[in-house]
Amino acid sequence: MSLLTLEQVTARYGAAQALFGVDLSLDEGEVLALMGRNGMGKSTTVKTICRMLPAEGRLVFDGHDLARLSSHQAARLGIGLVPEGRRCFRDLTVAENLIVAARPGHWDMARIGALFPRLAERQGQRAATLSGGEQQMLAIGRALMTNPRLLILDEATEGLAPLIRAEIWAVIARLKAETGLAILVIDKSLRELRQVADRAAILARGQVVWTGAMDALDHETSLRHVGV
Amino acid sequence: MSREWIVNAALIAGLIAVPLWAHLSGEPFTITLATRAVIFALAAVGLNLALGLGGMVSFGHAVFFGLGGYSMGILAHHAQNFLPLYDGLFLIEGTKSMPVIWLVAILVSALAALLIGLLSLRTSGVYFIMITLAFGQMFYYFAISWRAYGGEDGLSIWVRNGFPGLNTLDPIQFYCLCFALLCAALWLSARIARSPFGLVLNAARQVPARVETVGLDGQRAKLVAFVISGAITGLAGALFADLNRFVSPTMFSWHMSGEIMIFIILGGVARLFGPVAGAVLFVAMEHVLGDLWDHWHILLGGLLLVIVLFGRGGVIGLLAGKAQSHD
Repeated sequence: MSLLTLEQVTARYGAAQALFGVDLSLDEGEVLALMGRNGMGKSTTVKTICRMLPAEGRLVFDGHDLARLSSHQAARLGIGLVPEGRRCFRDLTVAENLIVAARPGHWDMARIGALFPRLAERQGQRAATLSGGEQQMLAIGRALMTNPRLLILDEATEGLAPLIRAEIWAVIARLKAETGLAILVIDKSLRELRQVADRAAILARGQVVWTGAMDALDHETSLRHVGV
Repeated sequence: MSREWIVNAALIAGLIAVPLWAHLSGEPFTITLATRAVIFALAAVGLNLALGLGGMVSFGHAVFFGLGGYSMGILAHHAQNFLPLYDGLFLIEGTKSMPVIWLVAILVSALAALLIGLLSLRTSGVYFIMITLAFGQMFYYFAISWRAYGGEDGLSIWVRNGFPGLNTLDPIQFYCLCFALLCAALWLSARIARSPFGLVLNAARQVPARVETVGLDGQRAKLVAFVISGAITGLAGALFADLNRFVSPTMFSWHMSGEIMIFIILGGVARLFGPVAGAVLFVAMEHVLGDLWDHWHILLGGLLLVIVLFGRGGVIGLLAGKAQSHD
């Protein structure tokens, strides 16, 4: 049984419809790359999963109907989000950003510190004073502190320096190899996605137009739908 | 030891030294002024929980201040006239006991804050300001029309209520009582700010949507903070009514809500001792400048303008610098 299932999911921003029947599924321990050009509905799909945007259709996570849940209830079920633009709690320290999200489970302060030594060094520092890369690490750490079963990374490497991007991708690969966490990743770096993702789903105009194994994503398909 | 800690300690020392000096030199009016400042500070400590920590710009906290005042007024009115408050299936009598009055004031204000919060926290920004203001005006006009308890003229209490073991008619003893309650409220406020609940509240103020995605119910945290905030301001209202031995609809007015907010802005929003510094400065200005010029509020307005434009940390920010992190 899939951990996450979306069937014919539609969503709209006021009068503008953004999703036109998205079908998607994700198994335990699987890494799925959600791809597509800008404005095709990737982040909107994430918002519907995290219950930040009302949606119609069938959304099931671990046997629970997500449509009945609020955003914080969905998170408590085990959906961890690393949002686009990081969105750390700027006035809180690094440690406070992590503590505030903490739920019982594998991930604790020590393990996050081991995963991101830079954060461990800056525990007492306010999030607003961190560099962009460190804020991204903090956003990932904060999501992991909720001890999710599904981690959603929305443009986690956007706007970061190449070395930091490499560090983030290494962490994602490590999470896949060591924890068996299901990961839904949105990114434009096809080369890195190929290294970590098991499957890909391509969105175009609010619908999934292609889905399959990452290896099966050929140059022609990626060029046509993703533009990379 | 941080600069803010030193400034806070100096404020506390001043609030101990000045009334003590006034008591020893036979200046009861100065003690009354200090009591007024301490009570205003207590009301503002309440609002600071909602405004500073939770980011809820409530323009209706006079509701809780007034409810606290009327809790005291109604209970004392019935006690002094030997009229039961309720004589139906069971008997409820008035009381002149401060602890009982405080408890009633806290419960009534907390209940009102719960109901108002449930409705108003569905909104945010300017709508939240307007809805809390509307509640304030509703209570204000209700109090004006409530003839059983004085209507527009308010309600006078002949003798200040009592506290076991103290002579509350003695200004310094009543001051000590109010000061102790202010210290307790400051302690509670500091504990809340450093607790996991305080972190959730702080996070919910900064990025409301994101706090939900880490599994936290930001709205519930805000509601709880609003209720605690209302309860503290209600307690201040009961003390204020006892200080003046008088309660009137003006305690519910939007001017009162504005003044409580001004104490915080003057002293420093979200700073623990900001409400104390602001209330002390306000009462000092009211007394000193008010003696010199009837239109002293113009100067207050000018000061507010300067603080909002150039010193958002208020007096505490000016003296102690930027806020430290919570580590």
